[in-house]
Amino acid sequence: MLIRAEGISYAYENRTPGMKRQSQPVLENVHLSVDSGEIVGLLGESGSGKTTLGRILAGLLRPSQGTVSFRDEAAGFPFRGEKRRKIQILFQHPESAFNPRMTVSASLREVYTLYHLPYDRMEMLTMLEKFGIYEEHIDRYPAQLSGGELQRIALARVLLLEPEFLVLDEPTSMLDEISQAQLMRMLLDIRDSREIVYLFITHDTELCHFVSDRVLEIRKGRIETLENSESPSPKAVINRLNLYEEEKR
Amino acid sequence: MMKNRRKWIPIFIGAVILIFFLVIALFAEQLMPYQMNELSAPYGKPSAEHWLGTNDIGQDIFSELILGTRVTLLTGVMSAFFIICIGTGFGLVAGYYGGKADRALSAVTSVFMAIPQLPFTIVLVTFLEPSMWNIVVAICLTAWTTTARIVRAKVIEIRQQPFVQVEEALGQKKRVILFHHILPNIQDIVLMRATLAVSSSMLTEASLSFLGLGAYNQKSWGAILFYAFRKNGVVAGYYWWYVPPILCISLCIFAFMLIGYYGLGSENVQQRKEYQVDG
Repeated sequence: MLIRAEGISYAYENRTPGMKRQSQPVLENVHLSVDSGEIVGLLGESGSGKTTLGRILAGLLRPSQGTVSFRDEAAGFPFRGEKRRKIQILFQHPESAFNPRMTVSASLREVYTLYHLPYDRMEMLTMLEKFGIYEEHIDRYPAQLSGGELQRIALARVLLLEPEFLVLDEPTSMLDEISQAQLMRMLLDIRDSREIVYLFITHDTELCHFVSDRVLEIRKGRIETLENSESPSPKAVINRLNLYEEEKR
Repeated sequence: MMKNRRKWIPIFIGAVILIFFLVIALFAEQLMPYQMNELSAPYGKPSAEHWLGTNDIGQDIFSELILGTRVTLLTGVMSAFFIICIGTGFGLVAGYYGGKADRALSAVTSVFMAIPQLPFTIVLVTFLEPSMWNIVVAICLTAWTTTARIVRAKVIEIRQQPFVQVEEALGQKKRVILFHHILPNIQDIVLMRATLAVSSSMLTEASLSFLGLGAYNQKSWGAILFYAFRKNGVVAGYYWWYVPPILCISLCIFAFMLIGYYGLGSENVQQRKEYQVDG
């Protein structure tokens, strides 16, 4: 098993001084296993706890109870070493996923420095071209790029680490239709070309059913598996993805 | 273009005033028309020889004013430097690490905040040897708290930003996140606090000197006011003695305010423009 979450509970605590300490449970005894080669979709209403679960699985939040294991080994908190590198997350808001005071190339270069990867600007540009990002983009500040461009750069940055498990936290929700199709097509192509597992968190039921091998839903802090019969027609999604192909032509 | 130019006018005025005072502070000895040991008739009115008259012992007030620029400015700048270092350090650590570190540092901040600043500084200076450095220490001990609170609040806000969480997910060291990613994003606030800290420190120094607790044997604008008051210059209406230091203090604080307020205001405008992205 690549990722296993056992008995995960999480509660947001209000610790305002002078006020009674309040606890707001979001997740209750959640069990989730993701196997190699899978794309798992995670649906849920706003505030249902799907992003919280995504962040716990990505090692950004410490669960109140329960454990996360990676390749049958407890991941602990915070994740360190290889676990930190192999478990990554792509956020919903691409415009705030980069330090606004740094150029995009500086942000990317940090990853090379952090993991002692050999840095070569030309090689980096060649890699970015696959994501539709060119030299004129990378010396700009995040505020000078569009949401679609930033999300593709964020994806490229994450893939530099060669992750095995990627939490996609509503990666398309802030993008226009063309950018959504572009990003989804890229994610599917990447999945075909390398060993990577996605946890696809989204509101978009159609898209979720179309791209995922298995769809889960969080309701009242608990996970339920959705049956295939609940899957809506993927026709609209296919049309959307085709938009990108047409755009490319 | 015209708007852009207009935006820089207050900053330019502030910078000119500040540079003017800095040059005076740096070259005080060369610019002083009289040395402090060159005495003339006491209580002299402004004249061609003594532009701002003379004080109770016959020292040239214009020369005193020039020499006082150095102590007043240096006290303000040094105090602001330490206030910002302590306040920003506390705020960064408390805001970023949270938990026990935050609770402990916030408690320390609250304790220092509860101390009435000016009376405490007066008491402290009274017990310490009267020198410029002791005044700096006394000012710094209580004045860092507001900066710490503001920086902490801003750091908590930035810590929630996805780019900080992305850095954590990438495995970036906390030290790098703190100084390389969070600190540059609060620099507006830090600079703003620094300019305000210089102004308030200069005022505190002037107040202490006015109360006779200033640096021993060193001229400052506050010290000129102290002697003008003590030697009945104010009661006797020797305005050329007490008005110039008041004007200098006000002008200097005004210059720091212009740079702090409009300098940062203009940067915010620039950032808002940058955020208007096509596509």
